[in-house]
Amino acid sequence: MSDATTTGSPAPAGPAEELLCPGHAACPGCVEPLTVRHVLGVLGPDTMAVIPPSCMAIIAGPQPFSSLRIPVYQPTLESSAAAASGLRRALDARGERDTQVIVLAGDGGTYDIGLQCLSSAAERNENILYFCLDNEGYMNTGGQKSSSTPHFASTGSTPAGKTARKKNLAEIVAAHGVPYVATASVGHLADLRRKVAKARAIRGFRLLTLLIPCLDGWGLRDDGALAAARHAVECGAFPLFEIEDGCRYTINQPRPTRPVAEYLALQRRYRHLTAEQTRVLQAEVDEGWARLERRAA
Amino acid sequence: MSASGEPAVLLTGNHAVAWGARLARPQVAPVYPITPQTPVLEKLTEFQARGEFDAEILTPESEHSVMSACIPASLAGARVFTATASQGLLLMHELLHYASGARAPIVMANVNRTVASPWAFWPDQTDSLAQRDTGWIQLYVESAQEALDTVVQAFRIAEQALLPVLVNLDAFYVSHALEPVRVPSQATVDAYLPPFAPARRLDTAHPSGWGNVVTQEMYAAHRRAIEDAMAQVPALAAEADREWAAHTGRSHGVVERYRCDGAKTVVVTLGSLCGTAREAVDGLRDAGHAVGLVKVRLFRPLPAAALRAALDGVADAIVLDRNHSPGAGGVLAQELRAAFCGSAGAPRIRGCLAGVGGVNVPPERIAEWVLQTPAGHAPAPMEWMR
Repeated sequence: MSDATTTGSPAPAGPAEELLCPGHAACPGCVEPLTVRHVLGVLGPDTMAVIPPSCMAIIAGPQPFSSLRIPVYQPTLESSAAAASGLRRALDARGERDTQVIVLAGDGGTYDIGLQCLSSAAERNENILYFCLDNEGYMNTGGQKSSSTPHFASTGSTPAGKTARKKNLAEIVAAHGVPYVATASVGHLADLRRKVAKARAIRGFRLLTLLIPCLDGWGLRDDGALAAARHAVECGAFPLFEIEDGCRYTINQPRPTRPVAEYLALQRRYRHLTAEQTRVLQAEVDEGWARLERRAA
Repeated sequence: MSASGEPAVLLTGNHAVAWGARLARPQVAPVYPITPQTPVLEKLTEFQARGEFDAEILTPESEHSVMSACIPASLAGARVFTATASQGLLLMHELLHYASGARAPIVMANVNRTVASPWAFWPDQTDSLAQRDTGWIQLYVESAQEALDTVVQAFRIAEQALLPVLVNLDAFYVSHALEPVRVPSQATVDAYLPPFAPARRLDTAHPSGWGNVVTQEMYAAHRRAIEDAMAQVPALAAEADREWAAHTGRSHGVVERYRCDGAKTVVVTLGSLCGTAREAVDGLRDAGHAVGLVKVRLFRPLPAAALRAALDGVADAIVLDRNHSPGAGGVLAQELRAAFCGSAGAPRIRGCLAGVGGVNVPPERIAEWVLQTPAGHAPAPMEWMR
């Protein structure tokens, strides 16, 4: 898939061997396994994954099966970055310094309950590559709000719409001064693969937030996840950018080309919105984009 | 090998723990500071700064993250050590279960300190005894020398049983008191403790994982495997101690009988109270009373058979519990009663809450309690001793 809207060098080709096998337990139409398949395709087999309770833990498969051809350690929900740190240090002590230690966590395990140890691992600049598979809520438990759930979105625990805005994880982590933070989406695949390859070549703490539109949690058509992923970027609600060393910002897409309303219209979680709430969301996205442009200037 | 002839040096219990850890050559040591454990951490980082300790030392933001890091480090095939106390141990509680479930042979020293609230910093074993159902092997020590020896022995037990071990030392009485300690040579410890080489580990050359969702039957089978491993521990601990004696000349036993020959009344306790009780027993013996001490060094799994043998023929067991389980009394007394349940000729077991919250327990007071033990009728479930 060519992707003319993103900047940067072409994505490297993936290995012949697929590291995510068919037969996994994801919901039909979910783009999370598609995303992880490309992530692992870029990283290659010398990779170990820490996967806390999340959709990805289900996709990885129940014992004795595994959909992943790499070692997996499943920690407690709140401890992924700490577990990955311990794993990293053990491999270093054994001389296995080139093995990539990655985290494949959801937004609940990252923005909420896992943020404390995530901050600590970032502060220590642990040599781990952390992927937040961000579907903007606790979708594996039936769709409750997390601190990644956007303003006004309806969830199982915010049926009338969330009253608070989405937490800015990328900037929180970047404020630790870590070498690499980026956002990416499977809807912009070349950009995603380039960023994974770039992160792979950097030592130290790296975080990629990957937007995963959730069919059930967001109320999308069964074939609507990729379109939602592209709309999220094109309207500016989920901008694609990189932050290097906590200060050097690069925006990886053109200015928003769609009104936010077109993105909202794809999703049942926004069906209750008033015209005024839609206007407020558009203003918030505009404000976020303007701030991002100032930082990248 | 015969007893090693190292000269004694003055060490605190905490520094003895750090020496034990250093000699065991762990490869990863995540650690978080908490009073009164901090000298363990500081001594290890000092060893490392001097180039004498090459473990990966990891200093996360909490004890919770310490234990979270310990488990996959161990599963990746690294020998792992850490130390904590009190609230830190309680914060780890979820991960203590996770570690034993993962069969991760981590060794952790715990400095027994009161549990808040209210805040206090005194010796009390409620912190570790409250973890008795987490699947960790638990040992209690009474001196700095025993702390060093037990940390090294703990790695051998842990790596044979594939279960984590908690080595408990009382706050201040053991952790901060300076005592003469013989520090074995590195060669002695290397001869005793082979490198950690598990049959299975997290390895990209042979991908496998840990933690996947299992069925009811798989879960139950896993718990039975943990129980089978626990059942081996009294013998493994006794063997580890005998081998240590062969290498160093020092042995501490799994259960120790002190002046129990012909004793009708025996004091039973854990940790530093054993040292105090030895003095009380010596005084009582000098005065002609048939009194002894049984020290419980291995608490989990409780070596029930060894305890029944140690207390055979004893009329009264006076259990001193420096801990408190509200509504149930002292934990060691409960455990001892369970060990004797249904046994013919079981001693009367007097459960004494003694020194809870760090209240001082002098030997004379223990002697008074022994002499005031009423003969011939069932004791109350618990008594608050003063």
